[in-house]
Amino acid sequence: MYKIVSNDALNPTVFKMAVYAPAVAKKALAGQFIMLRTDENGERIPLTVADYDRENGTVTVIYQAVGATTIALSHKKAGEYIADFAGPLGNHTEIEGIKKVCVIGGGVGSAIAYPVAKAFSQNGAEVHTIVGFRSTDLVILEEDFRAISDKFILMTDDGSAGEKGLVTDALRKLLEAGEYDEVVCIGPLIMMKFVCMVTKEFGVKTIVSMNPIMIDGTGMCGGCRLSVGGKTVFACVDGPEFDGHLVDFDSAIARSRMYGEFERHAREETCNLFSKEVE
Amino acid sequence: MANMSQSKTPMPVLDPIERGKCFEEVALGYTEEDAFNEAQRCLNCPTHPCVSGCPVGIDIPGFISKIKENDLEGAKAIINASSSLPAVCGRVCPQENQCEKYCVRGKKGDPVGIGRLERFVADNAKASNSAKAEPNGKRVAIVGSGPAGLACAGALASKGYGVTVFEALHTAGGVLVYGIPQFRLPKEIVAKEVEQLTAMGVEIVTDCIVGKTVTISELREDFDAVFIGSGAGLPRFMNIEGENLCGVYSANEFLTRVNLMKAYKSDSTTPIMRPKKAVVVGGGNVAMDAARCALRLGADEVSIVYRRSEEELPARKEEVEHAKEEGIIFRLLTNPVAILGENGYVSGVECAVMTLGEPDERGRRKPVDSGERFNLECDCVIMAIGTSPNPLIVRSEPGLETTKHGGIVVDENEKTSLDAVYAGGDAVTGSATVILAMGAGKKAAEEIDKLLS
Repeated sequence: MYKIVSNDALNPTVFKMAVYAPAVAKKALAGQFIMLRTDENGERIPLTVADYDRENGTVTVIYQAVGATTIALSHKKAGEYIADFAGPLGNHTEIEGIKKVCVIGGGVGSAIAYPVAKAFSQNGAEVHTIVGFRSTDLVILEEDFRAISDKFILMTDDGSAGEKGLVTDALRKLLEAGEYDEVVCIGPLIMMKFVCMVTKEFGVKTIVSMNPIMIDGTGMCGGCRLSVGGKTVFACVDGPEFDGHLVDFDSAIARSRMYGEFERHAREETCNLFSKEVE
Repeated sequence: MANMSQSKTPMPVLDPIERGKCFEEVALGYTEEDAFNEAQRCLNCPTHPCVSGCPVGIDIPGFISKIKENDLEGAKAIINASSSLPAVCGRVCPQENQCEKYCVRGKKGDPVGIGRLERFVADNAKASNSAKAEPNGKRVAIVGSGPAGLACAGALASKGYGVTVFEALHTAGGVLVYGIPQFRLPKEIVAKEVEQLTAMGVEIVTDCIVGKTVTISELREDFDAVFIGSGAGLPRFMNIEGENLCGVYSANEFLTRVNLMKAYKSDSTTPIMRPKKAVVVGGGNVAMDAARCALRLGADEVSIVYRRSEEELPARKEEVEHAKEEGIIFRLLTNPVAILGENGYVSGVECAVMTLGEPDERGRRKPVDSGERFNLECDCVIMAIGTSPNPLIVRSEPGLETTKHGGIVVDENEKTSLDAVYAGGDAVTGSATVILAMGAGKKAAEEIDKLLS
């Protein structure tokens, strides 16, 4: 059992939870994920590491309460326990050698983009961030991003906060204005697909964080397979970050909908919470 | 008085039609009378060739003699001297290729039902071997709580070693819980066997992914030796068109959803496709398990597609027979060449008709494409064609030597290239059987004992 240290709402559906898991905290790095189960008989869901505190032994995750498991999780209070919290899994973000980077976060995916941007910043890189949300009510981590970004652009679909428009609009302007060693994009599949189309035009290397359906998360089930550069790879052990210009987004999008029917019928979330999380 | 019947005492089983609708255990186990009758078929021959066929070397005539004497506790003690998981092995070992293959009674008629008798003893004896051995002060870390790890843990704990087993998933048992279905190996049986080990003092740490949460090198700082029994890894695919369509599963994923994540229970929150027509590719035990699970989830038609003929099917004979009784269709000498889709979902499989050519290096006749094609309609395809080793441990431990396929290299004593680090089971051999993994775990335990004492 793992103790919940804090579990607070960042916006009406997005929650930030810190869990006491010293073995995970000791090893966690930006870009990695953990697997958790709320209770016995619960499903295993992957959540990306949002922060960690090695001294106090805590790991922070940020999730959207959209399905049975995440809704149940959002009702848990500090001091309560969850059944399982295992990790860190996947490969960490490669930050070495990058001097100027543009980090893009979409929706709750911004929660995953934040530790990545922070890691670049701490490593001395010039960090420009673009985050996009549907409206001002959903904006998260604005102050955190501002604190570690050399340039920060907030976009909303309806213009209720920051600039009106899509992250790709802001990205295009930045790419026209200057060069970047790398673009890192974390958000809904469709957003990542369009960001990659823009960066390809400008010939800028782009890293995306993929979040397919997973069950074990440890390289056993093969449910998280993706087509990258024409090869089948496994997000849990080969990713979750990949070269966005090589990812077959259309097949990933189709596979992410595999249990749409089940979800509609059962009103139950699936192992696919993670992709919901970034919508 | 020996029982000279040429046939094995039949095993009571659930009705094939009824069992196809539920996940209850198929084989019900011998009654006391059945077991006594079957035990009388053993001649206790002086050469006992059966023992040489057992990967863990159980004194088979010895335990059968105890059944004849109605001393089940004595029988259990004899089995436990060699095996820590008899209730599991009695159910899932391919006895026809092991102990029973060498039984003299098999020369004329059926061999003695050794597996059935082992199961009878494990299920019915009251004795447990959970007495704690005197601690010897040495500590051994075991990676993975599947058959290899549990066998190694049991053997070491009985010698007084302090044993800690590290398991990546939330439940101990490895393939015994995520892979083999309830109807073949009830999870309560596995839990009971694991409990016996914890009663012996074995500590089990779940949610610990060795290679990620902790490395082998770090374990070596706290333990005198390490055994890696991390098991099979990533599922293999055929690299044919359409494999990423919705409705294509690896057998690992399908079985994990059904077994570990309990999608077979009506109150489970785990999503699973409930196919109407399923095609399972492969001919091993895993393929049989996947096919029979698909049937139990309500499929109208389930086919096994296998590129060789019936004779080459690697699955246990009993599983093939049970699958057939339940109505699984065997499409032999058939090999998928493409998976067909509509709107992103599977709609069928294009198959090649195969013929058998010359024997390969292992003596099995090689399947050859005849050029003929046909389409098989289906809404789900399950790939059960084996696994490649899990990369997590190997990637985190540069000094650990591996084969070009990623399997851990060990010498004849199960020792790896790292000091005091041993390995066995599927992590070394690639997909094999429960009992072979147990044999390797047991052998490694003996070697670790030699090293540390």
